[in-house]
Amino acid sequence: MTEVRDNLLYTESHEWVLKKDGVVRIGITDYAQEHLTDVVYVELPNVGDKFSKGDEIATVESVKSVSEIYAPVSGEVVEVNGKLDDEPELINNSPYDDGWLAEIRMDDESELEKLLTPSDYEKKLD
Amino acid sequence: MYRMANYDEPLLNEIEERKARDVEIKISDKIRREKLNLPSLSERDVVKHFIHLSQMNYGVDTGIYPLGSCTMKYNPKLLEEVARSDKVEHIHPRQDETTVQGSLEIMHNLEEALCKITGMDAFSLQPIAGAHGEFTGMLIVRAYHESNGEERKEVIVPDSAHGTNPASARMAGFEVVEIPSKDGRVDIDALRSALSKNTAAFMLTNPNTLGIFEKDILEISKEVRKVGALLYYDGANLNAIMGKARPGDMGFDIVHLNLHKTFATPHGGGGPGAGPVGVKAELEKFLPVPRVVKEGETYHFDYSSRHSIGKVSNFYGNFPVLLKAYAYILMKGSDGLKEATERAVLNSNYLMSKVVGKHYTLPFGGSRMHEFVVSAKNLKERGIRALDVAKRLLDYGLHPPTIYFPLIVEEAMMIEPTESESMDALDKYAEIMNIIAEEDAELVRNAPSNAPIGRVDEALAARNPVLKWGDF
Repeated sequence: MTEVRDNLLYTESHEWVLKKDGVVRIGITDYAQEHLTDVVYVELPNVGDKFSKGDEIATVESVKSVSEIYAPVSGEVVEVNGKLDDEPELINNSPYDDGWLAEIRMDDESELEKLLTPSDYEKKLD
Repeated sequence: MYRMANYDEPLLNEIEERKARDVEIKISDKIRREKLNLPSLSERDVVKHFIHLSQMNYGVDTGIYPLGSCTMKYNPKLLEEVARSDKVEHIHPRQDETTVQGSLEIMHNLEEALCKITGMDAFSLQPIAGAHGEFTGMLIVRAYHESNGEERKEVIVPDSAHGTNPASARMAGFEVVEIPSKDGRVDIDALRSALSKNTAAFMLTNPNTLGIFEKDILEISKEVRKVGALLYYDGANLNAIMGKARPGDMGFDIVHLNLHKTFATPHGGGGPGAGPVGVKAELEKFLPVPRVVKEGETYHFDYSSRHSIGKVSNFYGNFPVLLKAYAYILMKGSDGLKEATERAVLNSNYLMSKVVGKHYTLPFGGSRMHEFVVSAKNLKERGIRALDVAKRLLDYGLHPPTIYFPLIVEEAMMIEPTESESMDALDKYAEIMNIIAEEDAELVRNAPSNAPIGRVDEALAARNPVLKWGDF
């Protein structure tokens, strides 16, 4: 069963966003990891890189395909999940926790309002 | 029930470890700088090893090989005989051109034949693979715009493109712009809004990777031309139109062909290939040098074009592959090439009619060209995925189709039977695919159980590739 968490916001392209103090943590959804199948390599942005909403922020390679991950919000990368370098499978095993991708300091917090709510995202998956 | 030869065959160096070293490679210490990690085995052991491996192998000679987009057609043995002639085997690329006139004539004639088949004006036979041809084509695109004093940065590809298209464009220094498809074809509105004075080229496969003919191709080429960009033809799917329709007549400016696919030269396992590039007259001066030219009754290599992008491979390309393709063209003749195309398209549509049903669905309706893509998503309810069906086919002694491509189809299975297969073989393939769809899910998920190697851990292989044996 595909998991959609209540405490997150979502994008049409299957990224999730977790609001923390001043920054957001981003990753890909359970649905996305299930469709990608086994992840074998993750290319992360560098801390300090700046992205606009919709820019390619990371690349996830699975045994099936290579997929771009898009920045769900605009801002500056303040931290990345370096563990993924050695353990890309964390994205499959724990997409919402240990498999997070990056943390972004947002330029404009109002962008969050445009993201999908958990119920919107669930509807989209149906 | 199908049974494959199954040896517990160790690697050569493991065989060596098991037995007393019975052959010593004698190389003087004076010229040997490092320890040689070559296995020292007798001819008998080496022959046994490779024969065992070959018996555990599967190829186009063994049975149907419907790997979509790869055109694994039967390779007539006559072509091998031609390529193994003394006259071919014993020539050297550094020989004086007066002593290899026959070979130059063959190259020249092959270029002419390919021009006729594709509707282009000039060809270079140098590129030695399809993607190499694409890269060569992209360098020509760049040289063309530079010669016009323009620095165009973008190459557009549809989301159904072969992965090599964006890769080749990037390798040649372009930014890649991907446009979505609409009902399985190029979305002309999306193309129109992506095109600009910054567009260097639009790369297109026709029919596309869904096996659907881009019927709006004339309108597409008009739009591309309007902004001064070039239209590039990825020849991977030429087997659908060979002898029937020509990329040159559709408005393409540059094409690459995969001789190893369409023109029946053996491939797989990484080669050998040939990816000649053809262009319209205004682009001829950019082709790689040397060109093979005919002056009077003699042929020679011409290095004179100042605008050439230069050499793209050692010497003159993969000559034996070129020769086999030329022999294939002569063997078939223009009627034979047409017939092969008609048969390839008929086989594909026939097999599709037998495969598509409640288990495998056809995204975007209508008929198909030389290949078709079905979705196995209906099987997911039972916990079976396209990958599992592919693995289970191995248990029946059948080569699986291409899976998970193109990316725009969920649980894609891309099937290209080619013209080589009989109706019986197609019936059997469809029957087995449908049987597998109803088999015990556990059995299918654990397949293959009948092959020498079981389910390979693809994730581990990709995460931690071991690409050599021994201590090199």
